[in-house]
Amino acid sequence: MTVASVPVKRTALYDEHRALGARLIPFGGFEMPVQYSSILKEHEAVRRRAGLFDLSHMGQFVLEGEGVAEWVDRLTINNVATIKPMQARYNIFTNARGGAHDDVIFYRLENRWLLVVNASNAGKMWKHLNERAGGSAVNLTNLHGRSALIAIQGPQALAMLAPHAGADLSALKYYFCAEASVYGRPAVIARTGYTGEDGFEIFVDGKYAVEIWRALLADNCATGLEPCGLGARDVLRLEAGMPLYGHELAEDITPLQAGLGWAVKFGKPEFLGKEALLAQQEADDFRRVAGIVMAGRAPAREGYRVFLGDRDVGEVRSGSTAPSVGNRNVATALVEPEAAVVGTAVAVEIRGTKHAATVVALPFYKRS
Amino acid sequence: MAQPENLLYSKEHEWVKIDGDIATVGITEYAQSSLGDIVYVELPKTGAHVVQFGNIGVVESVKAVSDLFTPVGGEVVEVNAELDGDPALVNREPFAGGWMLKIRLSDASETARLLSPSAYEQLVAEEAH
Repeated sequence: MTVASVPVKRTALYDEHRALGARLIPFGGFEMPVQYSSILKEHEAVRRRAGLFDLSHMGQFVLEGEGVAEWVDRLTINNVATIKPMQARYNIFTNARGGAHDDVIFYRLENRWLLVVNASNAGKMWKHLNERAGGSAVNLTNLHGRSALIAIQGPQALAMLAPHAGADLSALKYYFCAEASVYGRPAVIARTGYTGEDGFEIFVDGKYAVEIWRALLADNCATGLEPCGLGARDVLRLEAGMPLYGHELAEDITPLQAGLGWAVKFGKPEFLGKEALLAQQEADDFRRVAGIVMAGRAPAREGYRVFLGDRDVGEVRSGSTAPSVGNRNVATALVEPEAAVVGTAVAVEIRGTKHAATVVALPFYKRS
Repeated sequence: MAQPENLLYSKEHEWVKIDGDIATVGITEYAQSSLGDIVYVELPKTGAHVVQFGNIGVVESVKAVSDLFTPVGGEVVEVNAELDGDPALVNREPFAGGWMLKIRLSDASETARLLSPSAYEQLVAEEAH
């Protein structure tokens, strides 16, 4: 039997992960650390101190040209043209049915745009953009795998990074960025993240990734900076109510279903999928993502069925033990509208037995 | 990693300690380490009859659900109630406080199908590569 294998890529920090004893898994085409010491310890480090993440597997594209904002505004739900220089904004590229092709962040720099896309979607997004760039005054560059992305996240992130950044980070507002330096190396520093904590994401050329990673860990080990893997990151983002592509968003799950209606700007003259989303909003009968908290100790997992009384009303999309939600088991579920009402008593079927759960408002966790 | 000498092992990384006709069952150090932080253990009820190598429950870590198999058959006479409130006990003391259940053996000869400490050590060494 021949098994077709996809070559697995490595980030510039691969050897660092190995040296730190990380457990590596294939993710988005890269061999990535899922955990170093323990998912729960790493999670705690981010909530109480800070954690350091290698996110170099994420796709990074540079968009240049006069026509970028106008062009991208026709492919996405959120406003692009109104992003100020050095500001960042969450957005979703949609398909004609209003489904999510990818969820992304745009960083508007002085004379170009940085677009960060999901690792698993980097290939299809590069194709999506290039197929639609014809005739537009835009120039696309793919930095995927060349530019590194290091995130430092947690209440101590500012104190840990600020002394080594060539910019006043305390003045940098949430979802803004600076073209500056870190340890003397040119970097884009953004106050963005995916953990529900304060923190920064640092874009640097891959050739500087190792020295910056090592310096940040060495200079902050005494105050508790921990390298953190994708396992902790997933628990952190789920607690913070942030969607993960392939779970709460997909080609057949629209931003409205994911509870991201705030990002859908129907006032834009046109964008791909607008008519479908308008019709969906009008009908208001769609399955939607709800937060649920399990009553008992059995965790809800992706794919488990959700019941309202005896009726199967949908399925779990993400689930985990949530240390920041009193160690309860939390989950997101894509369910019929009546089962998505906060306070509704539902049940999750786990190995043939129904377990009680309650629908709650998202996010599960909000930093104080 | 040396394996405790007074135990027998299954290929699924459970250990069993035989004391007369009572078998105490748990998962090994290698198993807990591979699983990571254990957040939930689902075990059969006292009085349940289980068959050797049958699926009798699950052990869940933060990210994964793993089936639990019993290395011996018989009647479940006790389950470790402490794991309900503190499943991480399996991580901290897999061979001691993190034991899972006690089974009254239905057929003592079943132990012949289990691995010796040295045979299990070899299995772990192979899987780790």
